[in-house]
Amino acid sequence: MTQPAATKPHLSRPHLLGLLRGMLRIRRFEDKCAELYTQEKIRGFLHLYNGEEAVSVGVMQALTEDDAVVATYREHGQALARGVPMNAVMAEMYGKAEGCSGGRGGSMHLFDAERRFYGGNAIVGGGLPLAVGLALADRMQGRARVTACFFGDGAVAEGEFHESLNLAALWTLPVLFVCENNLYAMGTALERAQSQTDIHAKAAAYQMPSEAVDGMDVVAVEAAALRAAAAVRAGEGPHFLECRTYRFRAHSMFDAQLYRGKDEVEEWMKRDPIVRLANWMTETGMMHDRDREELEAEVAAEVDASVAFAEAGSWEPIETLTRHVTRAQARP
Amino acid sequence: MPSLGADMAAGKLVEWLKKPGDAVRRGDIVAVVETQKGAIEVEIFETGVLSETLVPPGATVPVGTPLALIVGEGEPARARPTPPPERPIAPAPPTAPPPVAPPPAAAGARPLASPAARRLAAARGVDLAALTGSGPGGAVVSADVERAAERAPAAARGRIDLAAMRQAIAAAMARSKREIPHYYLSTSIDMTTALAWLEARNADRPPAERLLPAVLLVKAVALALRRFPELNGFHSADGFRPAEDVHVGVAIALRGGGLVAPAIRDTAARPLDDLMAAFRDLVARVRAGTLRSSELSDPTITVSSLGERGVEGMLAVIYPPQVAIVGFGSVTRRPWATDDRVEVRPAVTASLAGDHRVSDGHRAALFLREVDDLLQSPERL
Amino acid sequence: MTADRPPPGTNEITYREAVKQAIRDAMIRDPRVFLMGEDVGRYGGCYAVSKGLLEEFGPERIRDTPLSESTFTGAGIGAALGGMRPIVEIMTVNFSLLALDQIVNNAATLLHMSGGLFNVPLVIRMATGAGRQLAAQHSHSLEGWYAHVPGLKVLAPATIEDARGMLWPALEDPDPVLIFEHVMLYNDTGPLPDRRPVDITKAAVRRPGKDVTIITYGGMLPKTLAAADMLAADGIAAEVIDLRVLRPLDEETVIASVRRTRRAVIVDEGWRSGSLSAEISARIMEQAFWDLDAPVGRVCSAEVPMPYPRHLEQAALPQPDGIVAAARATLGPR
Repeated sequence: MTQPAATKPHLSRPHLLGLLRGMLRIRRFEDKCAELYTQEKIRGFLHLYNGEEAVSVGVMQALTEDDAVVATYREHGQALARGVPMNAVMAEMYGKAEGCSGGRGGSMHLFDAERRFYGGNAIVGGGLPLAVGLALADRMQGRARVTACFFGDGAVAEGEFHESLNLAALWTLPVLFVCENNLYAMGTALERAQSQTDIHAKAAAYQMPSEAVDGMDVVAVEAAALRAAAAVRAGEGPHFLECRTYRFRAHSMFDAQLYRGKDEVEEWMKRDPIVRLANWMTETGMMHDRDREELEAEVAAEVDASVAFAEAGSWEPIETLTRHVTRAQARP
Repeated sequence: MPSLGADMAAGKLVEWLKKPGDAVRRGDIVAVVETQKGAIEVEIFETGVLSETLVPPGATVPVGTPLALIVGEGEPARARPTPPPERPIAPAPPTAPPPVAPPPAAAGARPLASPAARRLAAARGVDLAALTGSGPGGAVVSADVERAAERAPAAARGRIDLAAMRQAIAAAMARSKREIPHYYLSTSIDMTTALAWLEARNADRPPAERLLPAVLLVKAVALALRRFPELNGFHSADGFRPAEDVHVGVAIALRGGGLVAPAIRDTAARPLDDLMAAFRDLVARVRAGTLRSSELSDPTITVSSLGERGVEGMLAVIYPPQVAIVGFGSVTRRPWATDDRVEVRPAVTASLAGDHRVSDGHRAALFLREVDDLLQSPERL
Repeated sequence: MTADRPPPGTNEITYREAVKQAIRDAMIRDPRVFLMGEDVGRYGGCYAVSKGLLEEFGPERIRDTPLSESTFTGAGIGAALGGMRPIVEIMTVNFSLLALDQIVNNAATLLHMSGGLFNVPLVIRMATGAGRQLAAQHSHSLEGWYAHVPGLKVLAPATIEDARGMLWPALEDPDPVLIFEHVMLYNDTGPLPDRRPVDITKAAVRRPGKDVTIITYGGMLPKTLAAADMLAADGIAAEVIDLRVLRPLDEETVIASVRRTRRAVIVDEGWRSGSLSAEISARIMEQAFWDLDAPVGRVCSAEVPMPYPRHLEQAALPQPDGIVAAARATLGPR
């Protein structure tokens, strides 16, 4: 995991290759999940992150191992970028016992204690109060940690969004709020859900430093996140980042996308964060075709290995069905 | 056919966007599938050449059905795949034992029996301890009690039945005395002609087919009632409702106490032999405990005869919702004044208790006279 | 998935289509009726129930809301007070917990608190239940909680006919009515029912029988009927009662049946502790104890948040095998 040493991105070749690799891992993982879903290897709801990779990869550069992450039901990207092993994530997609949540959670509920990854929350807005509480615990125990809380533009309509921003600001809690504004709450466009579509302005109303950033530019996201996290860590209270991004795939697999036009999707795909970074690195001579090929091969191998791992995984026996209900397991 | 949603079982292929021979790359959209959410594009995850489409537009096929063959570059055409086997069915979940406590072992004197069995046993006088249960954990259930009651009805009747009956009688009679303004009439009826007629009739019959005097009395009451509807029917909150037919209830004492008064239906219309048979049947069934409940609710009037017990007459209590009861004492030989002479004749004391809300003494007197008249012409009975 | 409408020439429709037709009928019949909820318009409904209604009735009456469950539900209550007849759709019962305050503290209480001045003629529809591997935040059966609350009426249509027919009387009801649509029923097909209201006060005997009464509702009805078939193969005639109305309960139908069969099993997808099945069992005890030949049996979901893997989800849910076992247990050895 990257140890942020500064408040500015370090634009070295290894660092940029790392960013590209991070995004590519997510992209290829998500594509594989789509394929596995059509084959019924993955079931339930599946929400893919294609197009939004720069947000989680960029923000994670600003976190240390001690920091915490709270995410949504579209959280494969955050989990992978946070360092949850791909094998454990893929096994979780299958519902296998070797999954990062023991198979109990599936796509929408990835968790990892070692990496302080407090999960995929499938109730819109449900993660924000949790992040406030994690930050409260750090504050009360005198720890200089950051809790990064990811949520979508849909969550902004929930009361919990406003209540959480207010409380975090009121108590000066170390939360980094990261809004992944992909313009659609499921099928409802931002302008049909919000009277004020400038989301970061809402945070400002709670007296919280707030910034909008191009979520299709991993370096821009990283830079903004480094600044914000440093301030949060320094005890200045919560910060808010609105990352303007776009989801290339449907909301979930079962979505005819009646609410947006193909031309709109194509327009956004021209801003693909992976293509953008790769092109820039190629143009500036920081990456060669062979580097790109090696990277693709390496990522493909990791994805294939994760599928093999998940396939070989085991099903939890039915006998233990009722465990993990309370820590001190009581009779129902 | 790819699975595109958690609740998708099949899909309808709307359109092919690639045709056989076209090169396809991973990520291309090759077809459109119709779902209840609208058209969804089918993405391909292989690179190669589409060699053959297997499902025509318009067809609906289950998830998992191959839609087309893709041949890798330079790869020979493959044989048509067979549809994949059915999705492996999840292992059968364990059948958890139902969370119901097993019945305890029958302890001591208290037999293991269901609530329904206990209630039924109480009503029908069945001893639960004597039964083998067929229910959960060997518990006695209502069906076991029913079988037992059918097998040995007479033996099964006992104390509990009597207690219940005493309660029922108590309730009915208390209500009667509380609510019904009784009036009482009585008269002595000369039975000489009737008994002579009966003796002649019984002369060459075996004992089982002989008529008893009580049957003559019942029939006389029933026939007389045809002209006195105010004595034959039911009184309720809505007032008096005369009955269309006469169903005389005959009071039958039980061994050990208590009595019931089941109906002989259509009493006025039935020949004497028929009435006698019905009467014998009722007595037998009362003793056996196999009366039907309707027989107890049918009577439109009750006749109570205490002749066997040697009393001369009786003043009976009306059985609600009936409005009259006729009582007969013993047929005894007694002094009888006639044409200024005193003779010894067989006679019976007939009494009537009537409900003054419905009838009065004048009509009731005429009714008793009618009974008397009928018994003087037994051939009319 | 299969297409929405049946092939032409047949008279079968899906449960999903029946719900949609019921909404359509209501919109046409009464201009005060409107539908609001998350993604009911352009997206066509999370479960595609309202697809096409936006085009037919326009955005004034098919209203996409922000993800603000508490507020749009509360707004439905207010609109009902103001003379409209709103149908509020909440995606799933798990999400309705964000609106629990409005439903319980406002919809259910206003009439009483106001001393009879203000009634709330509101209908709230939502999906419920498990079976689609949607894990622990999308799969629960919490309708029993709502059935606990005086002031609410709670319906659970289990058939195509009820899916089509219950909305009409629900909208005519002067008080708040909650309608729970089980996710496993949406693809069910059946004969096209008439456009007419159905009774929303009575339970229904879906299969007569004399040996044991099995009481259920909603998504558990098909499994219970399957269990009754299995029992019939062994000569056991189970009577299957579909409660249809979870509040107020139609005790009469349940008790009359139990008095006849003397045995009862309750199948409830909710967790057993404090469940609707517990309430029904208690009422049987209160009113038919002396008619029972066996303890009342229950088949409920395992007391665990719904796990994601199929085999664990299926193990957590009531299944026909378990229903058969519970029914047999009331009968003793055969």
